[in-house]
Amino acid sequence: MRVRFWGVRGSVPVPNPNMLRYGGNTSCVEITLSDGTEMILDAGSGIRELGTARATHTNSVEVLLTHLHLDHIQGLLFFPPLFDPANHIHVYGPPATGPDLDQRLARYLSAPLSPVDLRELPAQVEFAASPYQDWEVGGARVRAAVVAHRGVTVGYRISEGDSSVCYLPDHEPALGSELGDADPGWISGIGLAAGASLLIHDGQYADEEYPDHVGWGHSSVSDAVAFGLRADAEHLVLFHHDPTHDDRAVDELGERAAEAWERAGRDPSEVSTAAEGAVVTI
Amino acid sequence: MAPAPYGHTSGVSVDHQPLLLIQARNLITNLALPAFLIDPDARLLFFNDAAAEVLGRRFEEVGPLPQDEWARDIGPFDEDGRPLATNSLPLATALREGHPAQGRFHVRLGESGLREVEVSALPMLEPDNYEGALVVFWPVEAAVPETT
Repeated sequence: MRVRFWGVRGSVPVPNPNMLRYGGNTSCVEITLSDGTEMILDAGSGIRELGTARATHTNSVEVLLTHLHLDHIQGLLFFPPLFDPANHIHVYGPPATGPDLDQRLARYLSAPLSPVDLRELPAQVEFAASPYQDWEVGGARVRAAVVAHRGVTVGYRISEGDSSVCYLPDHEPALGSELGDADPGWISGIGLAAGASLLIHDGQYADEEYPDHVGWGHSSVSDAVAFGLRADAEHLVLFHHDPTHDDRAVDELGERAAEAWERAGRDPSEVSTAAEGAVVTI
Repeated sequence: MAPAPYGHTSGVSVDHQPLLLIQARNLITNLALPAFLIDPDARLLFFNDAAAEVLGRRFEEVGPLPQDEWARDIGPFDEDGRPLATNSLPLATALREGHPAQGRFHVRLGESGLREVEVSALPMLEPDNYEGALVVFWPVEAAVPETT
């Protein structure tokens, strides 16, 4: 599997010269399976550039949305493959009571908020709630589970052969739990992350910022590390950088995370901070 | 429904409870009202410290229990201590029919023996899926706790 980061920022895009090294686009990660199958995790503003520089040119694309907060869907209508009638695009998203996924997305992707209506898209697009059971995409097995965030949100695990990626971009597993002591079966998302080759996890806040944001649905760096350790992830990537954090601040959070990882007896090189354009092959 | 096995890549395997049950456990952990979490197979998954106080045992001592074990130890019973059918419990209604249910019967509560309790069961419903029930109970003759 090849993993490429197209948008790593949380909350809102930040076109700021002090944030260019990590990038200002919101959540979007591309996964290319060994057979060339393309999967896209979230449709934040990063999906626009992905769409114009697609690594593969198959007509079938799988888009897996974790949830429908704006920073995870705002790039969808700027994804060029949606405007090619030859394309088949499957969009998965969180299950919810009430309207179907396409109707919920249409609240944003329709007038007066959008000049193009979701139903006008030329591509053949199918929308579905992420199943509660595993499903197959190309040669990979995909699993979704509802995780702790504000609003219904799923995390994903994509497994191909012995490799696996767990994607939990917006996640607050420490809410109501002591991550260090809790029975692992009672920690949100840990089943998805257990033993993952690559864990992409929310690390939005510095520890000192978190107390003012408890319940907002995001993690401190220490909680991201604690979660990764409990899950015994092979590699932790901090993701969903706060829009107020410039490159130096993200550097510092990455250093703190690596130090905490090392204090737990792990190799600090197993922790990194997500940056736009970074590619990981697992 | 038993939790599905998830992780596998590096020999780690964790059975991860659904978020709804995790959040319900977090909620009842901080609730002063005795409360249980039950899975769709009627297995006792967790009870809080308020329940432990009236049961006389903490969850950490008891652990998860299948229905036949908690029904044998706790109830339900009639006023003479004869077992009642568990399919008449509010819990059974919540699990079977997917709506809240209430009831009153006797249970065996630690050293205080047979006590009449009010019970409410709330199904833990997700869209197109359900994960068990949250059950709260209150001894009928118990005093209402003072509020500040």
